[in-house]
Amino acid sequence: MAEFLSLQGAVNRHIRNGDTVCMEGFTHLIPFAAGHEIIRQEKRDLTLIRMTPDLIYDQMIGAGCAKKLIFSWGGNPGVGSLHRLRDAVEKGWPNTLEILEHSHAAMACAYEAGAAGLPFAVLRGYIGSDLPKVNDQIKFIDCPFTGERLAAVPSIRPDVAVVHAQRADRKGNVLVEGIVGIQKEVVLAAQRSIVTVEEVVGDLDAGVNACVIPAWAITAIAEAPKGARPSYALGYYDRDNSFYKQWDGIARDRDTFLAWLKNNVFDQNAEKGVA
Amino acid sequence: MSREYTSSEMMSVTAARALTNGMTCFVGIGLPSEAANLARLTHAPDVTLIYESGTLQTKPEVLPLSIGDGELCESALTTVSVPEMFRYWLQGGHISVGFLGTAQIDRFANLNTTLIGDYRAPKVRLPGGGGAPEIATNAKEVFVTVKHSKRTFVKDVDFVTTVGFGRDGKARDNVPNIGQGPTVVITDLCVLKPDPETKELVVTSLHPNVTREDVIEATGWDIRFSGQLATTPEPSAQELEVLRDLKAHTNAHHASAQAG
Repeated sequence: MAEFLSLQGAVNRHIRNGDTVCMEGFTHLIPFAAGHEIIRQEKRDLTLIRMTPDLIYDQMIGAGCAKKLIFSWGGNPGVGSLHRLRDAVEKGWPNTLEILEHSHAAMACAYEAGAAGLPFAVLRGYIGSDLPKVNDQIKFIDCPFTGERLAAVPSIRPDVAVVHAQRADRKGNVLVEGIVGIQKEVVLAAQRSIVTVEEVVGDLDAGVNACVIPAWAITAIAEAPKGARPSYALGYYDRDNSFYKQWDGIARDRDTFLAWLKNNVFDQNAEKGVA
Repeated sequence: MSREYTSSEMMSVTAARALTNGMTCFVGIGLPSEAANLARLTHAPDVTLIYESGTLQTKPEVLPLSIGDGELCESALTTVSVPEMFRYWLQGGHISVGFLGTAQIDRFANLNTTLIGDYRAPKVRLPGGGGAPEIATNAKEVFVTVKHSKRTFVKDVDFVTTVGFGRDGKARDNVPNIGQGPTVVITDLCVLKPDPETKELVVTSLHPNVTREDVIEATGWDIRFSGQLATTPEPSAQELEVLRDLKAHTNAHHASAQAG
């Protein structure tokens, strides 16, 4: 049953050095407040998994939290490169970073297989691509019924899932609206989960087919208003596209990045919200 | 009749014209998104646009910066989860056209968005595959739009992120349940199509005021030209007006800092 904790308490209790952590939210509801708390608590040697690493993992990689990254698209959408990710991959700063890359389709299927309790996912994918040559998690199998050659990837079953959602009710049931991405799948695939929410309300006011994650499928809930900024939360605030553009300049240079990190993460605390 | 327009505008308008009403298009971000929405706002109001974030039949008023902008969700018929998007709608065979951009393209229309150089010691690390590897094989056909330069148009891509026709032009031969692959490549200089036999890209149409030499100079292999080389029709006044309006709206929208 979901336990209500402070964000500081939830990260402290449920994320350990060396864990495999999926912080999801496909271009929406990206859990930045939780990412900043992980940076502040100086978690180390994490294997970070996320389809679109985005600024959140750029920040965590630059802050030295990650030893490995599993992903399918590592850019600043519509802007360009993730410079901290590139610096880690190309120059080993602040530490070397092992990468394993997939396609979106494969990762989406791997999350779904994780939620379904299966050891692997099967898809019609990676045909003609060089990705299987550089990622030993990608294999090919023959369909036992038709003989068709299909791709197989291991399911994703992380130690911890971290997602952000619009709201929880007081029992800890969570409503996710808009681009729901793979939020539900990653929570169900993980051993433990932390869900940050914009607000806790008396009634979720959810439609009968809404994407609701029941309290008994979640480990911890932390209230984190504006916890997805500069990403967005449909119905609460818009994506701060201008910050995504500014990030290119901030992240390009190590000293500028470190100064940003000090002012906007280390000198803040979870209760103040995201800068 | 001649009117003032840039080569980028020529590319967007030509790319937009490749889409028609009735197509269901899986749209990549950037140039493909600009072209697809221009099509929807001009000659193809009933084209169905789908973005990999799960937004089905979306009608954004400004171009999204990311494939998950709220605008896409709020203007969509419905929004589905990402696994459903890739499994049911794309792999399930409901997409007629995948519209992709790229960092590198080679003579067999293979696309590289992974890296320049060697995989273990990259010169430049690029974002990676995203949705493209499966869009390119599960959509019934693929349109590519990309600016023409020697850095982009290479004889062989450094890494095949997304298959066109493979290193030998035969990657799709005898593969079951696979789309026909890239059928057209639209650049700021010309239109290219794969040769029906060899699958090597051939220039089929030059944009107005572009010469064969311009294309040869901007291509990293010994590029061939069709025997029936055409001249691409100029953009109409209406197409240019809609495109400029869309871009002005978009720039203003994305430049404004978000309050609160």
